[in-house]
Amino acid sequence: MSTFLGMPAAPPRSPFGTGNLRGDRTFPEAAHGELRNDQLRHNLGRATRTIRTKRLNVTGELPDWERLRDAGSAVKTDTMNRLPELLEQLEQKVTERGGTVHWARDGVEANEIVTRLIRATGSSDVIKVKSMATQEIGLNEHLEAAGITPYETDLAELIVQLADDKPSHILVPAIHRNRDEIRQIFLDEIPGVDPDLDNVPAHLAAAARAYLREKFMTARVAVSGANFGIAETGTLAVVESEGNGRMCLTLPDTLITVMGIEKVLPRYQDLEVFLQLLPRSSTGERMNPYTSMWTGVTPGDGPQDFHLILLDNGRTAALADTIGREALNCIRCSACLNVCPVYERAGGHAYGSTYPGPIGAVLTPQLAGMHAAKNDPNSSLPYASSLCGACFDACPVKIDIPSMLVELRHQHTEQSGTTVEKLAMKAAAGVMGKPKLFTAAQKAASLGRVVGGRDGTISRLPAPLSGWSDSRDTAAPPKQSFRSWLASAEGAETMRAAADEGARLTAETPEEDQ
Amino acid sequence: MTTSPTARDTVLGRIRDALALAPTPEVTVPRAYRTGRTLPDGERLALLTDRLVDYKAQVHPCTGDDTAEVIAEVLRERGARRIGVPDGLDEQWLTAYDGEVQRDSADIPAPSLDALDGVVTASAVSCAETGTIFLDGSPDQGRRALSLVPDLHVCVVDLSSVVAGVPEAVARLVPERPTTLISGPSATSDIELERVEGVHGPRDLVVVIRTDA
Ligand code: SF4
Repeated sequence: MSTFLGMPAAPPRSPFGTGNLRGDRTFPEAAHGELRNDQLRHNLGRATRTIRTKRLNVTGELPDWERLRDAGSAVKTDTMNRLPELLEQLEQKVTERGGTVHWARDGVEANEIVTRLIRATGSSDVIKVKSMATQEIGLNEHLEAAGITPYETDLAELIVQLADDKPSHILVPAIHRNRDEIRQIFLDEIPGVDPDLDNVPAHLAAAARAYLREKFMTARVAVSGANFGIAETGTLAVVESEGNGRMCLTLPDTLITVMGIEKVLPRYQDLEVFLQLLPRSSTGERMNPYTSMWTGVTPGDGPQDFHLILLDNGRTAALADTIGREALNCIRCSACLNVCPVYERAGGHAYGSTYPGPIGAVLTPQLAGMHAAKNDPNSSLPYASSLCGACFDACPVKIDIPSMLVELRHQHTEQSGTTVEKLAMKAAAGVMGKPKLFTAAQKAASLGRVVGGRDGTISRLPAPLSGWSDSRDTAAPPKQSFRSWLASAEGAETMRAAADEGARLTAETPEEDQ
Repeated sequence: MTTSPTARDTVLGRIRDALALAPTPEVTVPRAYRTGRTLPDGERLALLTDRLVDYKAQVHPCTGDDTAEVIAEVLRERGARRIGVPDGLDEQWLTAYDGEVQRDSADIPAPSLDALDGVVTASAVSCAETGTIFLDGSPDQGRRALSLVPDLHVCVVDLSSVVAGVPEAVARLVPERPTTLISGPSATSDIELERVEGVHGPRDLVVVIRTDA
C-alpha cells in the first residue's frame, strides 16, 4: 500500500512458493539433465530452425519493419509511464460496456477470484484458451484442487495437459514433442481415439478437433488470457491460430479473462502496430489465422457475463526497477526463444518457470525475485545466456535483454557475494559441451554490453570482463546510449583494453572450475 | 460479486510507488511506419488473392451480377445442402442456390449450428497485404458463432472494402463491435512448428471477391 506522505515503498514480488515462477533445480543442474535428452534437442533444433527462416522472410518483406519496432517499443514505454491512468480508463470502459473488472494483487488472489466466479455459475468444468498469465499463477492446479476440471483447448496445451507435462515454449508449449510422441500421447490419453491414428500432423489436429468439439458445444464457462487490452475503448484482443480461442470467447455464457496489468495499450490505433509485429515475430506468418476482439458484452452475440481480472503478481516490483521494467514490454511473441543458442540446447524446462528462454531469464527473476537463500533457482537464470545479443535483435519491441541480464547478475552478486565468473562458468558447463566456446562467445558479445551506473560511470562489465571493471571505474557519458559511446574513440579504447584483459582472465581459469 | 476495493487500491498504489521509485522520461511515439496507403484495384485484388491462396483458402473473383451463381456453384461443389446465413444477408445472393437456408436468429442455440453444412456471410473490411478479412457482427455478417461453428465458411468480400495494409484496415473498424480477423482457414503450428490447416474453426474458407462492388 502506498503511503500518504509521498514515501514510495518497493512493491512486493510474486509470493514465494506460489504459481509457476520458480523451478526446483538451478538452471545448470536442470539444463544438464535435459542435455542428455537427444530427442528433445533434435525436436527443438528442427522446430526453431523452421521458425527462424519463416520469421526472417516475413519481417524482411516489410520495408518499415524497423519503424514498426520503434513505434512498438515506444508505445510500451509510454504505457508503463502512464499505467495507473490507463488501467483506470480500461476498467471504466469495460464496466460501461457491461463487463466486471476485478483486481488481483497476486496469483493466489486471482485464482480465488476465478474459482469464485466459476462456482457462481454452478459449472464444474471450464474450457481454457492458452494463456501465459493463468500458467504463471498455476490456475489449473488450483481449480483441480477446488474440484473444477479445466480443459486446455489449444493443441499444444492439450498435448502438455494430456501428458501431464510442463510447457517448454511461450508459443508452442509442446515444442519439445515430435509428431510420433504426440501420436502416442493421443493414443494413450484421448478416450475413444481411432486406434489407427498415424503421425500425420493434419490427422493429429483432426483428432484434437473431434475430442474437443463436444466440450466447446456444451461448456458454460471459459477462461482466457489477453494479448492486448485497449484503455481507450475497453477492447480486449486474443491472437490465435486454431479457432479454439474463438470457440472459448464466443460460445460459453460466462467468460473470465485474466490479464497482466502490463498488457494494456493506450489507443485502439496502437493495434495497427502490434497486429503487424506480433504474428510476423511469433509464427512467422503475415497474419495469424484468427484474432478476436471484444468490448464488454454484446447483446445476442457471445458471453453475456464477462469478467476481467487485472493481475499484478510481481509486475509492479519489476516496474520499480529502471532497467528491469523493460521486461514488462514483452508481447510474448517467443522470437527471442527461437534464436537463442542456450534455449535451443537446454530446452524450456531448464528455466523452471512459465517463461523460458531469454525473456524468461529476465522476467522470472523480476516477477518472483532472486531469493537471498542459497541456491534459489531463479538466481541462476541471469547466467543462462552467452550474451550473444540475438534476442535483442529479434525482439519486435526492442527489449535489451542482454543489458538486463548483466544488471541482474550484478544485483545477484551484490546480494550473495559470489563472483559472476564462477556462476557464468557453471551455467556454461551445464549448457554447453564445450564451456570454453561458450565463454569465448560471451566475451566477444559482451563487448557490446555494459551498464552505466547511477553515478554516471560504467562500474560493471559482464563476465568475463567484470573482474577487470571491479578494479577501475570507467567514465560513461550519462546521457549517451551505450551504442554511441561504444562508437566513440574513448569507448573503443576502453573496450579494447577490457577485452584484452578479459581474454587473459578467461585463459587463466582452470578447466576444472568450470 | 464485485472487486475488493482494497486490491484495486493496493495495485494502483504499488504502480504509483514503482513509478516514483524509477521515474523514466516521457516518450513520444514515433509513427513513421507506413499508413494511409492506397493501391489500385488490380493490385489490391492480386495481393489479397495471393495471400489467401497462400493460406490455402479458395478464392473466386466475380462481378456483382454473378454473385448468386458463384455462391451456388461453390455450395454445390461441396455438397452443402443446408446452410446458415445471417439475418441481414442480401437475399439476391442466394437466388441460385437450391438447398435449405436457415436464417440465423439469437434464439437458435449456437451448438445446433454444428448441424449446418456451411455458412455464407458478407464482410466488413479486408487487408490485402496480410490476406485478412475482418468481420464485425453487422447484420450481413451475423453473430460470431455463426461464422465459426460450421465447417465451411463462404465469405463475400467487396473489392471496395479491401485496403492495402493493417493500419488502413484498423482505421475502418468500429472498436465497440465484436470483431474477428480471419486469415485463411483454421490452422495450427503446434506440431513441430509446421503450419497445418484445419483444427477447430472452419476448415474450408472460400472467399468470393466481387470486383465491381
Ligand atoms: S522479449 Fe521480445 S522477442 Fe522475447 S518474447 Fe518478448 S517480445 Fe518476443
